[in-house]
Amino acid sequence: MTRGAYIHIPFCDHICFYCDFNKVFIKNQPVDDYLLALDREMAHYASMGPAKTIYIGGGTPTALDEEQFERMLDSADRHFMHSGIEEFTVEANPESMTDEKLCLMKKYGVTRLSIGVQSFDDGLLKAIGRAHGAEDAKEAVRRAEDSGFDNVTLDLMFALPGQTETSLQESLEAAAALGTPHVSIYSLQIEPKTIFFNRMKSGKLRLPGEDIEADMYGRIIFELEKHGLHQYEISNFAKSGYEGIHNSLYWHNEEYYGIGAGAHGYVDGRRYANAGPIKKYIGLVAERGYSETLSHEVTSREKMEEEMFLGLRLLKGVSKKRFQEKTGRPIKSIYGEQIERLKAQGLLKESGDRVALTKKGVFLGNNAFEAFLLS
Amino acid sequence: MAENINSRQSHIRNFSIIAHIDHGKSTLADRILEATQALTKREMKEQTLDAMDLERERGITIKLNAVELTYKAPDGETYIFHLIDTPGHVDFSYEVSRSLAACEGALLVVDAAQGVEAQTLANVYLALENNLEVIPVINKIDLPNADPDRVKKEIEDVIGLDASEAVLASAKTGIGTDEILKQIIEKIPAPQGDPDAPLRALIFDSLYDSYRGVVVYVRIVDGTVKVGDRIRMMASGKTFEVTEVGVSTPKIEARDRLSVGDVGFLTASIKSVHDTRVGDTVTHADRPAAAPLPGYRRMNPMVYCGLYPIDTARYNDLREALGRLELNDAALQYEPETSEALGFGFRCGFLGLLHMDIVQERLEREFNIDLIATAPSVIYKVGLTDGSTVSVGNPSEMPERKFIAEVEEPFVKATIMTPNDYVGAIMELCQKKRGEFKNMEYLDENRTNVIYDLPLSEIMYDFFDSLKSSTKGYASLDYEMNGYKAGDLVKMDILLNGERVDALSVIVHKEFAFDRGKAIVEKLKELIPRQQFEVPIQAAIGQKVIARSTIKALRKNVLAKCYGGDVSRKRKLLEKQKEGKKRMKAVGSVEVPQEAFMAVFKMSQDD
Repeated sequence: MTRGAYIHIPFCDHICFYCDFNKVFIKNQPVDDYLLALDREMAHYASMGPAKTIYIGGGTPTALDEEQFERMLDSADRHFMHSGIEEFTVEANPESMTDEKLCLMKKYGVTRLSIGVQSFDDGLLKAIGRAHGAEDAKEAVRRAEDSGFDNVTLDLMFALPGQTETSLQESLEAAAALGTPHVSIYSLQIEPKTIFFNRMKSGKLRLPGEDIEADMYGRIIFELEKHGLHQYEISNFAKSGYEGIHNSLYWHNEEYYGIGAGAHGYVDGRRYANAGPIKKYIGLVAERGYSETLSHEVTSREKMEEEMFLGLRLLKGVSKKRFQEKTGRPIKSIYGEQIERLKAQGLLKESGDRVALTKKGVFLGNNAFEAFLLS
Repeated sequence: MAENINSRQSHIRNFSIIAHIDHGKSTLADRILEATQALTKREMKEQTLDAMDLERERGITIKLNAVELTYKAPDGETYIFHLIDTPGHVDFSYEVSRSLAACEGALLVVDAAQGVEAQTLANVYLALENNLEVIPVINKIDLPNADPDRVKKEIEDVIGLDASEAVLASAKTGIGTDEILKQIIEKIPAPQGDPDAPLRALIFDSLYDSYRGVVVYVRIVDGTVKVGDRIRMMASGKTFEVTEVGVSTPKIEARDRLSVGDVGFLTASIKSVHDTRVGDTVTHADRPAAAPLPGYRRMNPMVYCGLYPIDTARYNDLREALGRLELNDAALQYEPETSEALGFGFRCGFLGLLHMDIVQERLEREFNIDLIATAPSVIYKVGLTDGSTVSVGNPSEMPERKFIAEVEEPFVKATIMTPNDYVGAIMELCQKKRGEFKNMEYLDENRTNVIYDLPLSEIMYDFFDSLKSSTKGYASLDYEMNGYKAGDLVKMDILLNGERVDALSVIVHKEFAFDRGKAIVEKLKELIPRQQFEVPIQAAIGQKVIARSTIKALRKNVLAKCYGGDVSRKRKLLEKQKEGKKRMKAVGSVEVPQEAFMAVFKMSQDD
């Protein structure tokens, strides 16, 4: 049993300027129908075997009202909960994470909360379209702890327009002061169909350049490590024992169910994507119990590539032994030349069973990952 | 028989259309084809005469076409028209002159709003030199800003042609087409020439066909040619046996003979267009003409550049592709060369920049070879201290300075036609481009011809763009080669990461070296992406560095975005990055993108 279950809630009560995930304004949406469809799709996948992790993400799961929120948890509980579940994460936004919802999550066995904070700079939060302030975020973390959640992770962002290194430093310190055992920190990517993308096209977005971004990233690693949060993945930091189990499935190139509109899954050697538009999703599930619209049988070449470019995101790197077990080929017979070249460039290191990014390699990960594409 | 031929001859009209780009030449040709019902409407593709995709895209004619049309005139007589298309660019001016030489008349098409342009003027003069009857046609009279009276006056004042009977036309809507046809019959003389004299046929174009060999387009000036005749090319001396003669209507139609005044094609199992040079005279091997037709000139490349496959494994493909293009392009020259930076490639010679662009584009499009082109260079004549002279078409092969006595560069006589208001700006520009003032001609109360001697290299560099921007696009330019002159020219090398990159060397005038060097290193800094290490860029003359810039080391290139389980997006990003690298060339340890090699050459005014 190595699969995870990802469940997507595509609703938000406001849209952030940078977000390109599959999501819509919750107002006037057929949320109840969606939750029904979600329940059916969970049943469809649960019949394929149990999951070891549950992850409810979005969108904004906490954008649901309490009654809906409970129905969502209840579905997950009925279909996937068992005594051996290793992790059950729910994403929450500070402004909609009510005490009632915290209570419900506790009741249904949620083990981990992922709180979308992004920054502790009020000006910046406003500038990226968030609905909460820095105090709301701090208070949310405290309330989560008061409700008995010790495994809390914060999402932060850097390289935001207008973000200074000082502002970033303050956010890092605020996060450290809150003492959550896990932090994810993502750099802003401008994606099509976002408000920022349009602003950028009309020349109205000033982004920090590569040098500032690199300085920020260096500072993040330094600051968080200083507070005992070690970097275990390019964007993820944790105190020992608090590394995200569900997300680690992705990097270990393991399988997972993707449930909900626009979710991606990887089951029985096939990667698939669900229908994105809500109505289409509901219709497909009503028709046949699941919503997959695109799928792709992962070839053995792709599997080797993914083993590398996903696995190397983890600081501990890729296990040569596991590579051979999973692909049937010794890693050196496939990637010997690439590994040597990247080692010579100072991007990769090799020790014992593991091939991993160096410190320099962490900053230039894409240069290393690219080398493992075989075509 | 002779009677017949004579009657036929008197009903032939041979003509070209002279027009500036965009003034409507191809559209007018289409209307004439339609009026003579050479093609049914259904067969009409817009602008039939421009056959290559590239031509359609660029709106210019590169290869010539000649069609035979049968026109039943309102007077009841049936006439044979030969419409010979002309390329519309200064690079191909010799070919234009030969196709004009194959005609008795020309339609001069002038845009009713824009008036006469320098390029048009040059071609009209060519037509007049060839004693052609020129019929002015003022086109696009249906446009709101059309001013036919002003344009008529311009034609009279600037060209000195009687424009009182100029046809007012709109090729787009068909207005004036009948009048044009009428004037063709009335004004253009029937071809002269003796059908019984020894054969003299003027080659004005040829193209290679993989089934038939070279198809030679000719105008019969004297005599008759038929299948089975032994023919001789008078300049090359090669003889062949004619396998086919015919005309294009524009469908290919075989004929049993071509006689005086006819414009058509012949094939004779000829393997290469190099044996059928434009301007050469075809005669009979056993009854040769006493003298060839006048005006033959071998076209020599004016501009050279190095072409290299990005993927070194495709060197042989490139050689084959050049060979294929050469079959059809007598002006293209190439020979193998080796660059330390780029590996094995070819130094190629072209008639001009457009010709160069076309060849490059065809290689990339039709043969799918990703290329690196080095900056184009003119041919320098280098006098050495030992008294000998060498020609240098590749800047990196410029001899060391201590061996050089003198460097000469090609000059052109540039004629710039401009509204009077911009004369000052143009003179300033020409001065800046090392021009030497020659003359100024006042064409009418509004316009002036400014004539300068300019180095060809400056014309190539950014002259045309600068001219357009400093005259709001109103000035037009024509130029012809005008010999060599000595100048204070030096080779400037570009060093990447301390290593000289031969493919980036340029020849510059010493006075401009500093500015050019600075512009080049800055441009390269923009174009070359950051590498994993810092890359200094230097411009140097001999050992002396005159400009430098630095590409900072790549510091962060990692996707730190939350994609969740969507692996395909991560994959796409990496694939895109890898694809981008494939279009770069590793020069030493530095990855240099394709376009950087042209950067030393292509820089806009602002740089």
